[in-house]
Amino acid sequence: MANVLVVAELLEGKARKTTLCAVTAAKQIAEGTGGSFDILSIGEGAGASADELSGYGAGKVLKAEIAGGYICEKYAATVAEAGKGYDILVACASAYGKDLLPRVAEKLNAGVASDISSVNIDGGKLSYTRPMYAGNVSGTLEITTDKQVVTVRQSEFDAAEASGGASPTEDIAIQSDPAADKVEFLGVEVVKSERPELTDADVVVSGGRALKSAENFANIIEPLVDALGAAMGASRAACDAGYVPAELQVGQTGKVVAPKLYIAIGISGAIQHLAGMKGSKTIVAINKDKEAPIAQVADYFLVADLFDVVPALTDAVKKL
Amino acid sequence: MKILVSIKRVADPDNASKLKVSADGTSVTSEGLEWKMNPFDDWSLEAALRLTENAAERNARVGEVVLVSIGPNDEHTQRIIREGLAKGAERGILVEADEGSLDAGVVSAILKAIVDKESPDLVVMGKQAADGDSNVAGTKLAERLGWPIINSAMKIVTADDGKTLDVKRELDTGVATVKVTGPAVLTTSDRILHPESVKNGVTPDDHQYAKLEVGGRYASLKGIMQAKKKPIDQMSIGDLGVDATKSLNYTKFELPPARSGETTFVEDAADLVDKLHNTAKVI
Ligand SMILES: Cc1cc2nc3c(=O)[nH]c(=O)nc-3n(C[C@H](O)[C@H](O)[C@H](O)COP(=O)(O)OP(=O)(O)OC[C@H]3O[C@@H](n4cnc5c(N)ncnc54)[C@H](O)[C@@H]3O)c2cc1C
Ligand SMILES: Nc1ncnc2c1ncn2[C@@H]1O[C@H](COP(=O)(O)O)[C@@H](O)[C@H]1O
Repeated sequence: MANVLVVAELLEGKARKTTLCAVTAAKQIAEGTGGSFDILSIGEGAGASADELSGYGAGKVLKAEIAGGYICEKYAATVAEAGKGYDILVACASAYGKDLLPRVAEKLNAGVASDISSVNIDGGKLSYTRPMYAGNVSGTLEITTDKQVVTVRQSEFDAAEASGGASPTEDIAIQSDPAADKVEFLGVEVVKSERPELTDADVVVSGGRALKSAENFANIIEPLVDALGAAMGASRAACDAGYVPAELQVGQTGKVVAPKLYIAIGISGAIQHLAGMKGSKTIVAINKDKEAPIAQVADYFLVADLFDVVPALTDAVKKL
Repeated sequence: MKILVSIKRVADPDNASKLKVSADGTSVTSEGLEWKMNPFDDWSLEAALRLTENAAERNARVGEVVLVSIGPNDEHTQRIIREGLAKGAERGILVEADEGSLDAGVVSAILKAIVDKESPDLVVMGKQAADGDSNVAGTKLAERLGWPIINSAMKIVTADDGKTLDVKRELDTGVATVKVTGPAVLTTSDRILHPESVKNGVTPDDHQYAKLEVGGRYASLKGIMQAKKKPIDQMSIGDLGVDATKSLNYTKFELPPARSGETTFVEDAADLVDKLHNTAKVI
C-alpha cells in the first residue's frame, strides 16, 4: 500500500498542466497498491492553486506559500519534510521536476526514477519503465530505498480530469535550508504564446536548420502552424541559430512530444531529435533529401523544397 | 579558480539505435560501438575551460580543471580522460567501478568524496548522461555537499575570481537568472557552446568564442602532446571509503518496438493534405 504525494508545479501562481500528468501517475500507483494520494501545492500562489487542485480526488491538498521566484533550495526542505509522511513522491519530469525532486530525494535518502514512461504493478510490487539512450532502449527498474521519488514524462501520462468534490486543504510549515542563502533569484523571462503548449498539443509543426532565418520561420512555418491550430517546435540547429527560442526545441535535450500529428520541415532527423518526437502517432517529413534519416520514422514523406510546398500546404489546409 | 568536471564514458550516442539487449533482457550490449565522452560532459568541460583561461592569450590557463571519471579502469576510460586533458584540463582522476554497480546515488556519493579531497570552487557536470538520460547525479551531489545546484546553465558571468556567479539557466518555460555564491554545482545546457556564454573577468569581455555546434573545442596537437604527461590518479571506491549501496535496480531492458508501417511518399501538398485528412484522419 503506497501513499503518494504529488508535488505540484506552479507557473505565475497557477498549477501547470504538468501537475495533472503527475496526478495521473500518482492515481495509478495509489489504485494499484491500494493506497491513496495527496497533492502539495508549493510556491507563489500555492493557496489559490490548492483550491483548484482540490477537485482531483486527492485525500488532501497541502499548501506552502513561498513568495518570490522558484529556487530549488528554497523549496526542497519543505517538500522533503512533507514527504516524510509518504512512501512515494511524484512530479512531472519538466525542468522544474528534474531540478527539485533529486534534491528532495537526497534529503529523504531516496532513489529517483527519472522521466518514467509507465508505472508497473505486479502483485503489489512496483516498478517503473523509462526510456534510455535517447529512446533507443527502455529499461524497467525498481527503487530499493524505503522512500521512492519518481518524475514522469508528460507525453506518456494524460492530464487527470477534475473529478468533482473538494479535498480538504491544509497549510504546512515552511522549512529553511542554509543552501538557499547561497542563491538569489534575479528574475525570470517566461516565454508566452497564444498557441497550444508543445507538450500537450494534438498537432506539432517543427522547423529545422533549412529555414535559414527567423523571418522564414515567421513567414513560412507560422502560417501553417496557425492554420492547423498546432504548436510550433524546432530542431536544436534552428534554436541554436536563434530562429526561434530554445523552449521550442524538441529532442533529447529539449521537449518530448507525442502528438497525433507531427510535421518535421527541413529537419534531417538526427537521433537526438527523434528522441523527442518518435512517439508521435502520425509523422510527416518535408525534406529535399529523401534519404534523410527522418524517413526511418516518417509515415508520409513529401520530397520537395520547403519554400515551394509549405505555402501551398498552408493554403490547402485552410481550404479544408 | 579550481573546477571539478565529471566525465562519463558512454556507448557512442550517435549510434544508439544499434544497441542490443542481452537474450535474458538483463543488460544492454554496446558491442561494436565505440566508447565516447558523454557529449553533455564535453559541453560542461568547455564551460569549465572558458572559466579558467584567458582566451585572448591563446587560452592561457588561469585556473585549474580536474577531471573525474567513474568507470572501468581500462584503455577506453583512460583515453576519454586523456581527451579532456588534451583539450586543456590539468589533471585526471579515475575511480574504478563496474558500470553495473553505479546509479546516480552512488555516483554522487563518490563525487562527494572527491570534492572533499579536492575542495574545488565549482563542480560542473553534464545535465544528463547520454546513456541513462537521468539528469539526477548533479542535484544529488549538490544536496550531499549542502551546496546550491544550478541546472541547465546557458550563460555564466563570474565576479570575485569565481566566488560569485550570475547565471542564466534554461527552463522549459523561459530563462531564469540567479546570483550564486560558490562553491556550487552547475550543470550546463546546449547554449553553453555559444560564443558569449562565459565571462570570467580575465578573458576580455568583448571576446567572442568561435561558434561551436556539436561539441566542445578540439584538442590542439600541442594539447595532445602535453596530455600524455598529465597525471591521472587511479583509485577504487574502497580507497574513498564510500558507501556504494545502489538505490535503483534495473530488472529488464527492451528495445522499443519498431515503427509499424512503411513510409508513403506523397506527390505534392494537395496529396499530403488529402492523405492526412482522408486516410490518417489526423486533420
Ligand atoms: C548531446 C546532443 C544533444 C542534442 N539534442 C538535440 C535535441 O534535443 N533536439 C535536436 O533537434 N537536436 C539535438 N541535437 C543535435 C542533432 O544532433 C542535430 O545536429 C540537429 O537535430 C540537426 O538539426 P536539423 O535537422 O534542423 O539540421 P540538419 O541536420 O542540418 O538538417 C537540415 C535538413 O533540411 C533539409 N533541407 C535543406 N534545405 C531544404 C529545403 N529548402 N527544403 C526542404 N528540406 C531542406 C536537408 O536535406 C536536411 O535534411 C543534439 C546533439 C547532441 C550532440
Ligand atoms: N560514471 C560517471 N563518471 C563520471 N561522471 C558521471 C558518471 N555518471 C554520471 N556522471 C555525471 O553526472 C551527470 C548526470 O548524469 P545522470 O544523472 O546519470 O544523467 C553526467 O553528465 C556526468 O557529468
